[in-house]
Amino acid sequence: MDKNSKTGAFRALDVLLILMMILPVIAGMALKVLFTPESQGIEIKGALIYTSIAAPVQDLLITEAQVNSWLVMISITGLCLFLTHGIRAKVPTKRQYIAEWIVEKCEGLIKGNMHEYFKGFAPFIAAMLGLSAFSSLLSLTGLFAPTSDLNVVAGWAILVFFLITYYKMKAGPAVYAKSFGEPVKFLAPLNIISEFATPVSMAFRHYGNILSGSVISVLIAAGLQGLTSLVMGRLPGFLGEFPFFRIGIPAVLSIYFDVFSGLLQAYIFSMLTMLYVSGGFPADEYFKHKKFGKKEKA
Amino acid sequence: MLELAIGIILGACALGAGVAMIAGIGPGIGEGNAVAKACEAIGRQPECRGEVTTTMLMGCAVAETTGLYALVIAILLIFVAPGRLVKILMENVGK
Repeated sequence: MDKNSKTGAFRALDVLLILMMILPVIAGMALKVLFTPESQGIEIKGALIYTSIAAPVQDLLITEAQVNSWLVMISITGLCLFLTHGIRAKVPTKRQYIAEWIVEKCEGLIKGNMHEYFKGFAPFIAAMLGLSAFSSLLSLTGLFAPTSDLNVVAGWAILVFFLITYYKMKAGPAVYAKSFGEPVKFLAPLNIISEFATPVSMAFRHYGNILSGSVISVLIAAGLQGLTSLVMGRLPGFLGEFPFFRIGIPAVLSIYFDVFSGLLQAYIFSMLTMLYVSGGFPADEYFKHKKFGKKEKA
Repeated sequence: MLELAIGIILGACALGAGVAMIAGIGPGIGEGNAVAKACEAIGRQPECRGEVTTTMLMGCAVAETTGLYALVIAILLIFVAPGRLVKILMENVGK
């Protein structure tokens, strides 16, 4: 493949992939505009409910949070395909450098924080990091961030809980059961409670941080609106109604509450996942067990 | 009488949310301590600045958890509890 062989098909696919990144966000905006009920002023609300599907026990609600998290997933898939499109072994393309940098960083993170046994965990952690970060960043476009809905984050935390338990079980159920009576036997109930507290605290941490940011942003927007009407309310017509103070000032706060807090929480969520999964894994027992089993077979 | 009852519910929910947020003191002190120690560590060994910063942010986020529990309870008290309590009151009055 020559350097100048960027054919029409290649470029067309590029454009398609870029559209795949951008269109979900626009679709989300359109859905939000279509479904938002008319209201007076600024309100703090949960996710909008788009439709509900009849189900035997309880109706399944398709909410803004679910739809937006699927849109984020499509968008991230588009980004990944775009970065690896036209990947070459000998002369790397520009976007290939970015893709390689991401992969290297994630593998370095895994190497630094997890046991050697978990080498294959890099894609999972990278996916979790990307999904969480982009979900929180979605609030920059004015859409509802899926991470500020407890259900979404609780789903991730439950997934992590199952992973932790699975890897704790690796050396057999006996070792797993024994790990509850760790310092002293009569502390077992407390250990069981702390086992279940892990996913709860992970979910509440992520959700609370993002939600508190959005609540504070809404409060500030409402306050600035009131200030504007206090100062400029006497002016005639358009000048009196337009919220001048709401231009620019909330954006500064949004850098902290949306960008910094969202990225930090994504990092912390994946970091805690790594630490819990790796920390719960009984490495010594597992490898002893494994060696023992091999000897028996031979 | 009903108005008084609803007023008491709303007021008590708002007061409860405010009292719950006293929990914000704990994480504030804890995070302040963590950042102070991190600054000391960076001052002593400027070369491990990056590692100290990441560990500090991690610790801060974990220390924040108790405050966030309080926040979740406060938000529930403000947005969820009044509606439910008033609904229960109305049902009982109907009987």
